[in-house]
Amino acid sequence: MSASDWEPVIGLEIHVQLGTRTKMFCGCELSFGDPPNTHTCPVCLGLPGALPVANARAVHYALLIGLALGCELAPRSIFHRKNYFYPDLPKGYQISQYDVPICSGGRLGDVRIHRAHLEEDAAKLVHVGASGRIHGADASVVDFNRGGTPLVEIVTEPDVGSAAQAREWLTLLRETLRQLGVSDVNMEEGSLRCDANVSIRPAGSDVLGTKTELKNMNSFRYLERGVEAEIARQVALVESGGEVEQETLHYDPVTGGLTPLRSKEEAHDYRYFPEPDLAPIVVDEAMIEAARAELPELPAQRAERYERELGLTADSARRLAFRADLAAYFERALATSTTASDGEASARERRRTLANWITGELVARIGDGDPSASKVDPAALATLVGLLRARAVTPGAAKQVLDVLVADGGDPQAIVEAEGLGAIGGGDELAEVVQRALAADPDAVAKLKAGNMKAIGPIVGFVMRETNGRADGGEVTRLVREQLGL
Amino acid sequence: MIDRAQVLHVARLARLALSEEEVARMSRELSAVLGHIEKISELDLDGVPPTSHVVDAAGALRPDEPCASLPREAALAGAPEPLEQGFGVPSPGASG
Amino acid sequence: MSAGDDLAALTAARAIERIAAGDLSAAELFDVYRARAAADAEDLNAFTWVADGPPAELGADACASAPLAGLPLAVKDLFCTEGVPSQSGSRILEGYRPPYTATAVAKLADAGATLLGKTNQDEFAMGSSNENSAFGPVRNPWDRARVPGGSSGGSAAAVAAGLAPWALGTDTGGSIRQPAALCGIVGLKPTYGAVSRYGMIAFASSLDQAGPFTRDVTDAALLLRHMVGRDACDATSLAFPGEIELPRGVDLRGLRLGVPEELTADGIESGVRDAFAATLALAEQLGASVEPCSLPHAPHALSAYYLIAPAEASANLARFDGVRYGLRVESDDLLGMYTATRAAGFGAEVKRRIMLGTYALSSGYYDAYYGRAQQVRTKVAEDFRAAFERFDLLVTPTAPSVAFRLGEKVDDPLAMYLNDVCTVPMSLAGIPAISIPNGLSGGLPTGLQLCGPAFSENRLLAAAYVLEQALGFDGSPARRAAGGGKAA
Repeated sequence: MSASDWEPVIGLEIHVQLGTRTKMFCGCELSFGDPPNTHTCPVCLGLPGALPVANARAVHYALLIGLALGCELAPRSIFHRKNYFYPDLPKGYQISQYDVPICSGGRLGDVRIHRAHLEEDAAKLVHVGASGRIHGADASVVDFNRGGTPLVEIVTEPDVGSAAQAREWLTLLRETLRQLGVSDVNMEEGSLRCDANVSIRPAGSDVLGTKTELKNMNSFRYLERGVEAEIARQVALVESGGEVEQETLHYDPVTGGLTPLRSKEEAHDYRYFPEPDLAPIVVDEAMIEAARAELPELPAQRAERYERELGLTADSARRLAFRADLAAYFERALATSTTASDGEASARERRRTLANWITGELVARIGDGDPSASKVDPAALATLVGLLRARAVTPGAAKQVLDVLVADGGDPQAIVEAEGLGAIGGGDELAEVVQRALAADPDAVAKLKAGNMKAIGPIVGFVMRETNGRADGGEVTRLVREQLGL
Repeated sequence: MIDRAQVLHVARLARLALSEEEVARMSRELSAVLGHIEKISELDLDGVPPTSHVVDAAGALRPDEPCASLPREAALAGAPEPLEQGFGVPSPGASG
Repeated sequence: MSAGDDLAALTAARAIERIAAGDLSAAELFDVYRARAAADAEDLNAFTWVADGPPAELGADACASAPLAGLPLAVKDLFCTEGVPSQSGSRILEGYRPPYTATAVAKLADAGATLLGKTNQDEFAMGSSNENSAFGPVRNPWDRARVPGGSSGGSAAAVAAGLAPWALGTDTGGSIRQPAALCGIVGLKPTYGAVSRYGMIAFASSLDQAGPFTRDVTDAALLLRHMVGRDACDATSLAFPGEIELPRGVDLRGLRLGVPEELTADGIESGVRDAFAATLALAEQLGASVEPCSLPHAPHALSAYYLIAPAEASANLARFDGVRYGLRVESDDLLGMYTATRAAGFGAEVKRRIMLGTYALSSGYYDAYYGRAQQVRTKVAEDFRAAFERFDLLVTPTAPSVAFRLGEKVDDPLAMYLNDVCTVPMSLAGIPAISIPNGLSGGLPTGLQLCGPAFSENRLLAAAYVLEQALGFDGSPARRAAGGGKAA
C-alpha cells in the first residue's frame, strides 16, 4: 500500500497558561523571566500545612474558553489530585480535574472538542550539569516561579486528518484564545503548549489504530513536522509488517528524529481522587452571563458571518477572520466605500475584491504587520478598489499605486494622475496603438481572422508595453474585434 | 492477600525503600488490616453516592489579587541543597 | 503546696480573671508553667520544644486586657509556628522551622495567648498511644507505665499534669477525645470546617480538626471561642453561626439523649461500661431523657476510616521527598534519594498507613476500597442525621478501655486501631464531639463522649458542663493523690 492508502488520525492536547495576575491556588504573582524563586509562598512551594484556594478569575477564563468552544459548562465540577513524584511537583500531586471537568463537548472549526479543564502548572526544572555532591552524578535545579500557574487543558476528539490541518487548526485556536484575552498564547514562551496523539488506519476504515503521544513540539512548524514524521514512521513500520506500540515520543526538530520517552508499561498509576482541600466549583447563571457578556465576536463566527452576510468566499472569509487586525481593517475600509447606486451583486463583488486585495496584495507587501498601522489608509484602499472595478486603472497599474501607498501613503486618485497610471479605456489614443499593434503582427492578425482568439495575446502584450500597462485589457479586445471586423 | 509482589509494587508507587524484613512484615500486617476492612464489601451500597466533599462551601473562590510572596532566602531556608538560587536535586533519569 | 503550685492549679478562666483584675502577673504565671514544662523532659516527655523565656508581649499592659490575658498555651507539634520547630513528631522534618504560623494559633495569639511550647504527638498524627513519635513516647501522668492516648498525647499529658493551663490538639479519628479520656481531662473536636486547617501539617484533609484540651468545660468554651471562624486561606472553613457561649445551667431538663447500641455493646471494658451506665442514670436524674438508638453503619465506620484517612495521608505525605525541606538522604540518583529519604524519615506506623492508602487508591482497587469507603461514609452521616431527628445529643463512652500499658499494643496494628471505634463515626460525619472525665476505673480515668449535629457546640458544651458539675471530678493527679475533692 502507498502512503495515500493510509488515513492519519490525530487528536490534540493543548495546555494554555492563563493570563491572570496570580497563580491558580495562591496569591503569588505570575511572572516570566524573573529571578528564580522570587514568586513563591507556602502554598506553591508545597510547604507542610499549606492549603490551596482557587482563583476566581481563572474559573471565569475557563468559562470564556468553554463558551468560545461551544462546550457544555458543568454546573458543578470538582478538582482531583493526580499523584506522582517529580521535583517540579512540590506536593507530590498536581491539582487537576478528572471525571467531572468544567467544560465538555464543543467544536471549533472542523474539530470537535472532547473536554477542557482547569489545573496548575508544574515548576521549572533545569539541568545544570555535574553535581558537586555526588561523584559522577548530574544535578538539576528547580525554580518554583512558574509552579502553580493556572492552566486550561483542552483535549480534542481525533478529528484532525493531517499535519497541515493540525497546524491550521491550532492557529485558529490560538487566534480565538488571543481574542478572548485569556492568554498570551505564545508557543515560544510556553504559554501555549501542544501535544499530539497520532495513529493511522487504512483509508475508509472506521476502526482506530494504536496511537502514540508526541511531545515537545514548541512551535507551529515543529508541530507540523513532528506529526508528519510520526505519520511517516508509523506507515513505514506497518508496511514492513510491524505493529505500532503505544508510547510517548519526543520529537527532535534538529535531527527530525523521534525517540521514546517511556513506554506505557511504565505508565504512571495516578491514583486520582477528589481533592478534599477544595470545594466543588459551582457555576451559576450569573457567572455564565458575566462570561457571555465578555465574549467578543470570535474568528470562527466572524468567518461564518462574512460568508453569509457579506458573500465572501469561504477561503477569503477565513483569512480575514483569523486575523483580528485584518478583519478590523477590512470592516473600516468597507464602511467608507458604500455607493448608493450599487446593486447587490455588484456590491458583493466589490466586497470580494476588497477582501482579496487585503489578504493578497496588501499582506504580501506588509507581512504580519497590522495594516491599520501602515501608511495605507483603509479609505484609500477602498478607493483604489473602486478605481480598479471602474476600470479606471488596470490591475497592473493598481499594484503600482499600492506600492506607492505602502511607501508614502496618500490618495490613490492623486497618485494615478501624478504617475500617469490612468487606464486608457477608449478614445483615439488607444485605437491608434491597437492599429499599430495589428500592423506589427500580421501572423497574429491572420490567426485571429481564422477564428483563433488565443492569438490575441501578443497583440494585447504589444499594447500593454506601449501604454505602460495602462490599457484596459477588455477594451483592447473590443477594439481589435472592431478593427478586424470580427 | 497482599503478597510480596504487590507490596513491592505499592512501595514503588509510594517511593518507599523497604528492607526484606519490612516487606514480609508489611505483607502480614496489611493483609490483617484488609481482612478486617473487607467486610464493607458485604454491604449493599447500590446507588449510594460517595462523600467526595464534607463541606459544600460553594463559591469558596479567591479574588485574583496578589499577596506578598516569600523572600527567596525564606523560600530556600530549609533547602537541603541550595543551588544557583534554586533547589538542587539529582537529575531525573529516563524513568524519573 | 508551693505558691507556684497554687497558681498552676487555677483554671484558665480563673487565671484570666485574676490577671485582668491586676491580681496576678501574666509574666509570673508564664514562668511557673515554663519551669514545669522544661523540667518534664525526663518525666512524661510531653514537650518537644519549650520557650526559653517569657515572650516580649507579656511586658505590655495591653496583654492584661486581651481576652486570653497572656496565658501560656501548649501547642501540638504539627501546628506551624513561625521560626519555631514544627515537625509533626517526625524525623523527616528534623530541624524544620516554618516561615509562617497556622491560622488557629495566630488567632489565639491575637486574642492574647502566648506560646509555652510544642507538644509531643504520634508521628503525623497517626496513632492512639503516642508511642509512634520520633521524640520518644509520652507517659500518662496517672501511671507512668501507661500511654496517655494519641495522637495528641503530649498536649493531653501536659494539661493533665498541670504543665500547661490548656493546650491545642488535633482530632482526625479521635486524637483529641481519646487522649482526653485516658488522661482525665476535657477534649473537644469541633464541627469539620469550624476551625481553619491552614498551617496544620496535614494527616487526613477531610477529617483533621483543631480543638482544645482543658481542665474543665468552661475553659474549653473559652478557648474554642477564639479559634472558630472562616479563613480565606482554607477553602473548607466555614463561618460559625453565632458565638461560642460560656456554659451555665444546672440541669438537663428537656434534653433528649440517645445511646447508640452499636457503640456501647461489645468491646467496651467493664469498668468503662459501669462508669458510663452510672452517668446515664445521673443524666436522667438531672432531667434528661435517655433512650437507646441505632447507628446501623457505625460498625463499619472504622473500616471506612482506615481506608479514607490513609488514602488522603498517602497523598499529603508525598511532599516529604527531600527536595525542598527536612531530611534528605543523598543518593546517586533521584529515585534513590526519594526512597532512601522516606525510608529513613518515616516511622513504621506512617509507612504502614502510606502503603495502605496507596493501595486503596491504586488502579483496580479504588472502587472496592476508597470508593466504597466514601459510600459507607455517606451512610454513617445519614445515620447521624436520622438519629438527630429524635435526639438532641448522642452519648457514648469515649474509648473502649482505660489507658493501656506502654508497648502493649505496638505489635498489633489492628488492636491499636480498635481504640478509635467510638470516636471515628463522628469524624466521618464531620459533627462536633466532646469528651469529659467520667470518673475512674481501677484508678485510671474514663471518658464520656457527647456529640451533636453540625454547629451544635453550644448545646454540647452546655450539657457537658452540667454533667461535669454533677460528677464533681477533679482531674489533676496531684490533687487526687493529695486526697483533694472538687476543684475550688
